[in-house]
Amino acid sequence: MTADHISGQAAWLIRGATVIADPAASDGRLAGPADILISGGSVAAIGPGLSAAGARVIDADGLIALPGLVDLHTHLREPGREDAETVETGTAAAALGGYTAVHAMANTEPVADTAGVVEQVWRLGRVAGHCDVQPVGAVTMGLAGTSLAELGTMADSAARVRLFSDDGRCVSDPLLMRRALEYVKAFDGVIAQHAQDPRLTEGAQLNEGEMSGRLGLAGWPAVAEEAMIARDCLLAAHVDSALHVCHVSTAGSVEIIRWAKSKGWPVTAEVTPHHLLLTDELAENYDPVFKVNPPLRTAADVAELRRALADGTIDCVATDHAPHPVEAKETEWSDAAFGMIGLETALRVVQQAMVDTGLLDWAGVADRMSVRPARIGRLTGHGVLLAVGCPANITLYDPAAPPEAVGYGASKSRNTPFAGMELPGRVVATVLRGSPTVLDGKLA
Amino acid sequence: MKRHLISAADLSRADALLILDTAEELASLADRPIKKLPTLRGRTVVNLFFEDSTRTRISFEAAAKRLSADVINFSAKGSSVAKGESLKDTALTLEAMGADAVVIRHSASGAPHRLAGWVRGSVVNAGDGTHEHPTQALLDAFTIRRRLKGPGGTATRGEGLDGIRVTIVGDVLHSRVARSNVLLLSTLGAEVTLAAPPTLLPLAVGSWPCAVSFDLDSELPKSDVVMMLRVQRERMTAAYFPSIREYSRRYGLDVARMARLPEHAIVMHPGPMNRGVEIAAEVADSARSTIVEQVANGVTTRMAVLYLLLGGTEFPEVTQ
Amino acid sequence: MCAARNPVAGRDGLAVLDAEEIRRALTRIAHEILERTHGGGEIILLGIPTRGVPLARRLAARIGEFEGLEVPCGSLDVTMHRDDLRLRPARALGRTELPAAGIDGKTVVLVDDVLYSGRTVRAALDALTDFGRPLAVQLAVLVDRGHRELPIRADYVGKNLPTSQREVVHVLLAEVDDTDAVLIEDGGQP
Repeated sequence: MTADHISGQAAWLIRGATVIADPAASDGRLAGPADILISGGSVAAIGPGLSAAGARVIDADGLIALPGLVDLHTHLREPGREDAETVETGTAAAALGGYTAVHAMANTEPVADTAGVVEQVWRLGRVAGHCDVQPVGAVTMGLAGTSLAELGTMADSAARVRLFSDDGRCVSDPLLMRRALEYVKAFDGVIAQHAQDPRLTEGAQLNEGEMSGRLGLAGWPAVAEEAMIARDCLLAAHVDSALHVCHVSTAGSVEIIRWAKSKGWPVTAEVTPHHLLLTDELAENYDPVFKVNPPLRTAADVAELRRALADGTIDCVATDHAPHPVEAKETEWSDAAFGMIGLETALRVVQQAMVDTGLLDWAGVADRMSVRPARIGRLTGHGVLLAVGCPANITLYDPAAPPEAVGYGASKSRNTPFAGMELPGRVVATVLRGSPTVLDGKLA
Repeated sequence: MKRHLISAADLSRADALLILDTAEELASLADRPIKKLPTLRGRTVVNLFFEDSTRTRISFEAAAKRLSADVINFSAKGSSVAKGESLKDTALTLEAMGADAVVIRHSASGAPHRLAGWVRGSVVNAGDGTHEHPTQALLDAFTIRRRLKGPGGTATRGEGLDGIRVTIVGDVLHSRVARSNVLLLSTLGAEVTLAAPPTLLPLAVGSWPCAVSFDLDSELPKSDVVMMLRVQRERMTAAYFPSIREYSRRYGLDVARMARLPEHAIVMHPGPMNRGVEIAAEVADSARSTIVEQVANGVTTRMAVLYLLLGGTEFPEVTQ
Repeated sequence: MCAARNPVAGRDGLAVLDAEEIRRALTRIAHEILERTHGGGEIILLGIPTRGVPLARRLAARIGEFEGLEVPCGSLDVTMHRDDLRLRPARALGRTELPAAGIDGKTVVLVDDVLYSGRTVRAALDALTDFGRPLAVQLAVLVDRGHRELPIRADYVGKNLPTSQREVVHVLLAEVDDTDAVLIEDGGQP
């Protein structure tokens, strides 16, 4: 579908969903299932028993209607690594996972450190049409960590970059990190740090702990992440600029972020679905599908990350969808690439880890997977709780679908740690500015 | 069913005793006029060595040949692997050649685990990265039992290493020999202590079935066995210890330290040695040293492993 | 021969030889060995583990009593030479201990408890050739139960015991089983 989604032609009527709506705008009428009428790309009406002649109907009985999910952290690999993923296949996977917008990280080849590359990625997203692609700009030229990239030019480009990250690498030079934080204040930018002290993690393969000692794999100490986060929070406070912490993975990191927030400092944080569910014990058979940066940690870390997401210390879920071709994962652990895909399974994993355990309700899911990510990314038109007049970006999800083993989906790559695992739930439909990108669980 | 020998943790006490007792029976083979048994006739054992190791490879080769198996040696240098062939493709080639067992030595921890998923035969780990080297631990246990339990090495059938105190000294963090030995020796009932500087011990070593000491001298008078690990000079540049001199002074087994061992205590080393670093030349050549007999015991123990894995349909189920 | 069903040492089955009868059979075999080897001067008794070994020792003791002769005695494990290794999980090895003087030029008398298919003895003959070249090899068994699958026969037999292939013969010896007896049990299938 290459149509410009500014004006969705058809009218759609979503019937009988449990709507996660804006409490301020719903005046109590949404205690039960309701209908959503979509017209001209926006929500025209919400309420029980709506009718609309000529509108196509989506039966949403038993389904939850969430604001379209927003991913703050995705790797689409294009330009440069199209063998692993393209904007087309990655955004298709995103739509199937219920996402209406993704932030595409800058560690492409060439690196997205100029207006030219970010605009290319932005355009590829519009052409593919499965979801909005908001490019992330690199913090430093070539991700080399030595000099700032042209942050302002990227902000002014058609791609309107606001989120900057060297993800994949850490901006480890404290002076450079300070400058970057200061510089982006001019255009309400955010620096998203991949917190990994390079010296403490040289050659590291797996969380440093009992497993790494037993398996003879070089350890990745938690302190390499925690010390960097502590430093960056202090820097952000010092220059009063927004810091976002990528893929928090340890209980210690949570404690530091909680402390920083208690001081009122401008710090936000994300956690991946896999860090909410999986531990380093899965590395037992050296299957590199479980090799990821930051590494899977212990059960105690998983428990603390869940609590933190529930109480909002961690603001949102971000997939860090990291596709790799088969040969990069079908090899000895120490040779294998780091990373897991996750766009298509994210919502199901969050249901398993957070909703089914009673830690978060669906309103909370909407907040952590749509509202806050959009706010942190300064993304307009997304992350808006459903209300009359708002853009029709909607995810329809069936939490009661019979648990099904995870298979391979639309992503070009196969490196999912959940392969064969049974997860609950099913994304039934995704609507982007009034036009469905996914219907009945398939690309529309 | 035990198809592979990849970690010393794969072996129960009964399994380990079976291997040691079988090795005892095979040890006399070297004294017979015909030093060969027909048991593995028609079986193919492939030595897949990605790391240089003449000593271990020859040991496995001798073991296989004495059981009449056909041996194919595959060394990574100058082969398709040097040109970038993946482990998986190498495995599929071996599979096509019909290998009954693959003995693999590789620089990556976990390579035998991956290989086991791609071949139908048995995988024997001859050393993977810094993970394990189970046949080394078996030959070490065999050596200890012969020297310390049997009068002259006989009549030890069914006996473990209960009550024997073993001190393993050196770079435990990077040592596959240490990992396998800690597991196997404690399975056999020995009391194991690790002596090393804190930087050369894994962070979680507290969860291992052994004691830990930073002071070698306090351990010597209570050790029946001292096992010295090789220390690599490269560790110095990575700040594991300040200098070879300081390491040697604090953790090297010199003549003075050897004199403080109990009368009966033995000194072991998996080889190759850094004479003058972790072990003094006089100690290596002394009567307490088992370094030379460890080599002979290596062939015997590996014969036992190959026989038990390949001689029948499978490794026998053993109950105590 | 005891006809009654007699659970002995935990085993079911008909007792076909009791301790007394075993003792007499071994005495007779010892005399026969002395006769046929012209005084037993150059013989070696090698028991096949497990129960062939105590039998060999008992024979050596008897010969020692009768003739005042010390007959070298040992054990020969045949596991590694068996032809049925690949049909079952690998077996634990028994002890092999040959007299220091070796077997070259000697008459080796192999000793086993039961002779059945003959395959164990064939394996023993193969194993022997790895140790040297005996002048002759003879075979002494406590029980010959028939059903040979190879052209092998015993020189000395304690008792001929016609059996069907359904039956299982248990030899119990005090050194291993705390009692002496030979039992036949119905195994259920051939």
